[in-house]
Parts: sequence; C-alpha cells; structure tokens
Amino acid sequence: MIKVSHLTKYYGDHLAVDDLSFEISGGHVYGFLGPNGAGKSTTMNIITGCLAATSGTVLVDGHDIFEEPMEAKRCIGYLPEHPPLYLNETALEYLSFVGRAKGLKGAALSQQLDTVAAQTGIEGILDRRISSLSKGYRQRVGIAQALLADPKVIILDEPTVGLDPIQILEIRELIRQLGKTHTVIFSSHILSEVQALCDEIIMIAGGRLAAFDTPANLEQKLLGASQILLTTDAPQAALEKLLKNIPGITGITCAPQDGLLRGSLALNSAQVQPTLKGIYLAMKESPYILYALTAAKGSLEDVFIELTEGAEALPAEQEGGKSA
Amino acid sequence: MMAVFRHELRLYFQSLTAYVFGAFLLAFVGIGAMLYNLQAAVSNFEYVLSFGSVVFVVIVPILTMRTLAEERRQKTDQLLYSLPLSAASVILGKYLALLTVYLVPLAIISFYPLIFRQYGEVYLPTAYGSLAAFFLMGGALIALGEFLSSLTDNQGFAAGIGIAVILVNYFSVSLAEYVSATALGSAAALFVLSALLGALLYHLTQNDLLGYGVGLGLMGLTTLSYSLDSSRFEGLLPAMMRKLSLFSRLETFVNGVFDLTAVVYFLSVICFFLFASVQSLEKRRYNG
Repeated sequence: MIKVSHLTKYYGDHLAVDDLSFEISGGHVYGFLGPNGAGKSTTMNIITGCLAATSGTVLVDGHDIFEEPMEAKRCIGYLPEHPPLYLNETALEYLSFVGRAKGLKGAALSQQLDTVAAQTGIEGILDRRISSLSKGYRQRVGIAQALLADPKVIILDEPTVGLDPIQILEIRELIRQLGKTHTVIFSSHILSEVQALCDEIIMIAGGRLAAFDTPANLEQKLLGASQILLTTDAPQAALEKLLKNIPGITGITCAPQDGLLRGSLALNSAQVQPTLKGIYLAMKESPYILYALTAAKGSLEDVFIELTEGAEALPAEQEGGKSA
Repeated sequence: MMAVFRHELRLYFQSLTAYVFGAFLLAFVGIGAMLYNLQAAVSNFEYVLSFGSVVFVVIVPILTMRTLAEERRQKTDQLLYSLPLSAASVILGKYLALLTVYLVPLAIISFYPLIFRQYGEVYLPTAYGSLAAFFLMGGALIALGEFLSSLTDNQGFAAGIGIAVILVNYFSVSLAEYVSATALGSAAALFVLSALLGALLYHLTQNDLLGYGVGLGLMGLTTLSYSLDSSRFEGLLPAMMRKLSLFSRLETFVNGVFDLTAVVYFLSVICFFLFASVQSLEKRRYNG
C-alpha cells in the first residue's frame, strides 16, 4: 500500500530523515513510534505530499507522491499534528469544503458527511463554529476531514496528544474501528498506546528505521538477547565453576550486594527455561544457596529505549522544523 | 479549484472584508461622481474612475492580506497541501474569489454612466473603456496583493508591504521627474534591480543556480552594456518608472484611447504575480 524507499530529508544542514525505507502492506493499524524529533512528522508530511523529500521515493497504492501527486493524495486522508481547521467556520462548512476539494459533490457529498460525522461522533456539533469546540471535538473534526471520500490509507499524526484521558480512550477506540476497514498509520511517542492498538510497529530514531515488527515479535527480540538474574552466597569463582557446563550462558557479570553475590547472566537463546533448570540443579548439588533466580523479561519499553538509545546522541530536531 | 473558490468566497462574505472593500470603493467613486459629474457638471465618467483609483492603495492590501498569510498562520496550508489540489488551482481559486469580491461593487459602478445619461450627454465608449481598464488594473493589483500575502504568515506585514508597493507605483510617474536621469544613475538602479530580482528568484525557488545566475547575469549585462555605450542609459530610469506604472496606463484610457498594449500589460502583470504566488506556495512544500 505504501512503499518508502531511501527517503532522505534535510532542513538546511539538519538531517531530519536519513535513508528511511519500509513497506506497508495494508489493512492493519500501524504505529509510528519514536522519541520527539525522531522524524515522525517529517516522514508523515512527506508521505502525504505536504513536504518534498531531498531524495528518495514514496509510492502510495502504486502512485509516486512526487510524480502523480493527485492520484496518490486521493488514496490518503491525513490529520497533521496541528489539526488544520478554519476556526471561523462551522464544522459542516469546513467538512463540505474538504469534501468538495476531494471531488465529492451533491448526494455523494452529503452521504459522506453523514457517514464520517457518525463515525467520529460529531453529529451534534456540525452547526457549531469550530472556534467554540473543545480540543477533543476539534481533533474529531480533523479526523472526520481525513476520513472524507473514504481514502484507503488514513494517516494520523499524534492524534491523542493534549486530550484528556476519556477523549484519548475514545480516539483509540475510533482508531481500532477504522483499522478494521482501512490502513491506519498513526504516530505516537506513548508506548502503551501503540502496543494496545497496533498490529505492527514502525520504530524510528534519529531519522532512521530502528525496527519494524509486531509488538509481540519486538518483545521476543529483546527476550532473545535476554538475561537471567540470580542472587547467591557462593563466591564468584565458585559460581563461575558451577555454571561453566550449563548450555546457553554466554557471559557472567557479578557484583557483591548485601554480603551476597548478585550475578547477571547473558544468554544466547530465547529458551530461558532449560538454562534456569540447569542453574537450579547445579546449585542444588553445591553447598551454596540460591536466594533469587529470575529471567528478566523484556518489555516494549526496553526495546524502545535500547533501539533509540544510539540515536539520542544526535541533535534533537527543532519543534518548528518538525511540524512544518 | 471550484472548491477553493466557493470556500474563499464564503469566507469573504462571512467576514467584513468583502463589505469593507466594497464600501470603500463605492464611497470613493461616489465622492468622485459627486464632485465631477454633479457639482462640476462634467459629463465624463472616466475622470471619476481616475480619481477613485487612489483608493486601491489602501483597500487592495486589506482585501488580499489574509488570503495566503492566514492559511500559513492557522497551519491550514497543510490541509491544502494534503488535499488533491494543485498549487495552481489553489492560487487561481483564491484569485477568482478575490476578483468576484471586486466585481460586485464594480457591477454597481457600471450603472453610473447609464444613470447620468438620463440627464445629459455621456460619451459611453470612453466611460466603459476606462471602466474595463479600471477592472484590469484592480485585477493586477489584487494579483500583486495575493503574491505578497504568500510571502509571509503575518497579515499585517502583507498589508503594509502591499500599501507601500502600490503607493510607490501610484506616484512613480511623479517621482520619475525627480530621480536621476543620468546614465550612471540609471545603470546603478538597474544594477540594484538585477540584484533584487536575483534575490527574489532565489527566495522563491531556493535554486542557487537560478537565483545567482539571473541576478549576477543581469548585473553583468548591465555593467557590460554600460561600459560599451553609456548613452543608452540616458534617462532610462525615469522612463522605466513611467512604463511600469499601472496607474498611468489607466490615464491613457481616461484620455480616450483604448490602449491594447496597456491591456496586455495588465494581463501580463496578473499572470506574472499568479505564477510567482504558485512558486511561493510550492517553495513552502520544499522547505518545510
């Protein structure tokens, strides 16, 4: 559905997106995750044709956004970071304009307006001026605008930022509903949100693709390079001797703690259980006691930090540049 | 394009802008008609238009200042970029809406000569010829205003620059009397103009080659032709100022000449500034 190849964007001398490539097959909810200034908004703006890339290509449903912008844009509904609303208009006037600009007219237009108003729950406020609406409703009007003319891909840039908890839940539910019938890409820097909503996660950091996988696989990946933590009263030399023959352990680091020894074992496989069993049995045969033995299970949070850590050193992108 | 046109038109008529513009234009032309046609009992309606044209200095920038600057400030330009609309259709849709706002008071004014005709001899060809020129000149100034609005996200700035530019244009014929008519002065002015044109092109396209190429090229050309034959530059600056004046072209019509070159000039100015506005809008897409 969307194919991004070797996308690069410079703002003057500042590199915002660095040779980014990924492909989205469609029909799911995709989370675009990354710390602030990672290039999320820039990438989304380029995909939607709001911004030109320095180099690279974007194909939307087979149409190049730079070569065939009209065809490509017809496949996309976009809600930018700041909902682009004409505050002096009523929601209905605003949506009618967007609908007409998307090529709808007459009965098709009014039918689409009814549909998106029902989807986003804004039927009651269509006749109110946008300037008098709450932030939550403005966001909904912004989403309704993106849904008009039923585009195949819906791209939402941080749709839940600045909303209260109930509004956030409502918008998340809406995204979930939309994901059943559309390809939805939304960006966020909130992990739990992405984890709860997305079928696949595109993680970017420092303008580069850090990971592109399902939430479960991302956790699994971290688990694959996971650790076992143990606490024992054995001295370090004795511990190393005991664990020498247990398969799967690739390294031992120890530190004394409260008169005991706290060891962390690096593993080379995702199979933690045989190793745990081996450690237990070896310790049982020895004159020492195990005070604690746990496998450190990775969370998406760890993946996020691990994958984005390297990029933290890069200069953070300016807010203004990001949203432009 | 029609979507943008309808949308803009509604915005103008929902806000005060269209009414303020129309009211000022009608008031000025009305005062002119009272002074010339009623009190002085002159039957030439074209003098009224010549008198009324000064009001453009203020009302055109007020009309055009928000058209693109406000989109940028409200960040609604992002919507326009993401919708399946070309930059040209956005600019043209907005321009046609502005022209429509302008045509409403003009349609009312177009009845004045017919009304005066009930009470005396009015030579209609010059009256309506001048009215056509008045319309085209207003159209050219509105295109200029739209372009200035595309350069900034600050309405006030767009209006201020607009007033200054139109005012200079209004007085450029009178000013031409006072500027240096010597060859050196004209060459220096051309030199500066070349640099400014290059800077403008660079600003619009962010293309080093085009900006510097045109700027330095024209500067070089000026220097070269000045060193070859300086007499050619004699009196060039005042002549250029007279030629570039939109208002002095209107005077030709007022004096009873239907000047086709002026019509072509007005249309070229309109096309030039609409083209520049499209470039300005596209440039934002490139630079973010």
